[in-house]
Amino acid sequence: MTTPVLELRDLTVDIPTRHGTLRPVDNVSWDIAAGEILGVVGESGAGKSMTGNAVIGLLDPPAHISGGQVLLEGERIDNYTLPQMRKVRGKRIGMVFQDPLTSLNPLLTVGEQLEETILRHLDVSQDEAAARAIRGLDEVGIPSAKNRMGAYPHEFSGGMRQRVVIALSLCAEPTLLIADEPTTALDVSVQAQIIALLKRLCRERGMAAMLVTHDMGVIAETADRVAVMYAGRLAEIGPVSQIVGHPRHPYTDGLMASTPAASAGNERLRQIPGAMPRLNALPEGCAFHPRCPFAQDKCRKDPRPEVGASDARAACWFPIEASEAVA
Amino acid sequence: MNLVSIKNLTRVFDVSKPWLNRVIERLPKRMLTAVSDVSFEIPERTTYALVGESGSGKSTIGKMVVGLLRPTSGNVEIDGVDLVTESDAAVIDRIRTDIQMIFQDPFASLNPRWRVRDIIAEPVAARGGNTDGLAERLLEQVGLSADDVNKYPHQFSGGQRQRLCVARALASEPKLIVCDEPTSALDVSVQAQVLNLMSDLKEVHGLTYLFISHDLTVVRHMADTIGVLYLGRLVEEASPDALFTTPAHPYTAMLIDAAPRLDAFGREVEPPEGEIPDPIDPPKGCAFHPRCPLATDICSAERPTLQPFNGGRVACHHAGQVALKGAA
Repeated sequence: MTTPVLELRDLTVDIPTRHGTLRPVDNVSWDIAAGEILGVVGESGAGKSMTGNAVIGLLDPPAHISGGQVLLEGERIDNYTLPQMRKVRGKRIGMVFQDPLTSLNPLLTVGEQLEETILRHLDVSQDEAAARAIRGLDEVGIPSAKNRMGAYPHEFSGGMRQRVVIALSLCAEPTLLIADEPTTALDVSVQAQIIALLKRLCRERGMAAMLVTHDMGVIAETADRVAVMYAGRLAEIGPVSQIVGHPRHPYTDGLMASTPAASAGNERLRQIPGAMPRLNALPEGCAFHPRCPFAQDKCRKDPRPEVGASDARAACWFPIEASEAVA
Repeated sequence: MNLVSIKNLTRVFDVSKPWLNRVIERLPKRMLTAVSDVSFEIPERTTYALVGESGSGKSTIGKMVVGLLRPTSGNVEIDGVDLVTESDAAVIDRIRTDIQMIFQDPFASLNPRWRVRDIIAEPVAARGGNTDGLAERLLEQVGLSADDVNKYPHQFSGGQRQRLCVARALASEPKLIVCDEPTSALDVSVQAQVLNLMSDLKEVHGLTYLFISHDLTVVRHMADTIGVLYLGRLVEEASPDALFTTPAHPYTAMLIDAAPRLDAFGREVEPPEGEIPDPIDPPKGCAFHPRCPLATDICSAERPTLQPFNGGRVACHHAGQVALKGAA
């Protein structure tokens, strides 16, 4: 078996506060193979962005990795020093954030930003860097790329800006792309374009991608595998067709049912009662049990279930069998 | 009986540079037509949804309906009273009490220094009404606890805050509530709770909603009639079922195809091309023709008008000729 591009082993992130330690990411493990897109879904505060930031070493102090390992192509990077990490960011791990305007420097032209990144990470001449920059813009579908090199970020529309950010994150040819809500700020028609672009780039370059989003629809269309997070923990992980078609964790099931579907009619939406618990007030046992329709005594008393404890995919004592899933 | 009747509503914004810059740099005035010639009616106790991408003018229409913006031309008639031309202050005041609004961001639309009791009772207190027990009663109605009246907004989560906004909107017992993207800042499980709450309250209080959203799937669950906007113009109006199964306008079909679907894993469709054009300098003829797969010469020459079609209305020279790509 080949080494996965990214491997998380029991990754745990702690935030020490005056009122005790919060654990926004708790024992999360998964791997992403080359050319694979792993979708990470969950509601706000589930720890999905925090996991992404932990991988690229961008946790804001006092948050820090307190346990587990991050392996990039088999090499441990979570204990890298800052100068070492700087060589990894941008070069081996590309990043795309939600708001394209805040991730670009408004005072530099798009060409300058691309060339700077290429020269920083690759040993090429200035001319070669310019040529690569144009090719990069071309690849993400920016028309007349050569002429747009001298344009400033504000001269682009939202969708075009996100394309520039993607070109920027890919120009040093990383093996892993972390995209944190890349389409949330965009309109649906533009969102569809960006999704198609990401899929094409992963396929063509054999690049692994971690796509963080709260939108089940985007995940269903883009990802090969899905990881569902709840209260900092992995709730369920598996191939997209199984997660979407036959969710086994009651939380995944509820998330799916509360997503309004274009194909369904005007009926009432199924809702998950309550809200996700705060990190400083996690319930004992399974974190989902106060909202779970199937919760039993075991869920309230026993230590929380892990993925693989009683089910290969879901961190649940009583996973939903395919036959009893609510259609 | 139509509660809201909007006729030829138009709003133009002046987005020119300041006067001195215009003189020195010899620049012309620049006008942005945010809403152009929009007409529709909302019958009592129904939900009318406006959908469109950013820049389509949906929020501008919402603001004109509640009176936060004055139309450049056209009429907004609510309960038979034209708010633009009506001069009797007492009549305007009565109509204003009947209209409330729920905004997108529940973090920005609640005063952080006010207690929940004061926030919810304000629409009534401002008109000197009796507010005894009002906040407590409304909190229970929106699924919060009556004990919460002395709390501040920061003590609530996003979904709970949006419930507070709903409670405040209900305080003056309005007939019409304009909801501008009420759930787009919320997570899906919470969104489902708020949407269900809004549906329930509509039944209980006999409310009429003008529901503004960019999310077609949400709209399908809420609306009785859907109006699709493109660059400030109404391009199609139909019932949800008709709109989603047989869209008549190519833009509607494009939106439906582009919306991510849960059952669409592994789906390989060509994404739509292009983006919404610059509203200051919109394309001639039909505004959608540069992106339209059906466009012919007439589309770039002549702007189509909104015509009755299949029980709805559509503004397209080739109405009904488009097919959904994703349709199985």
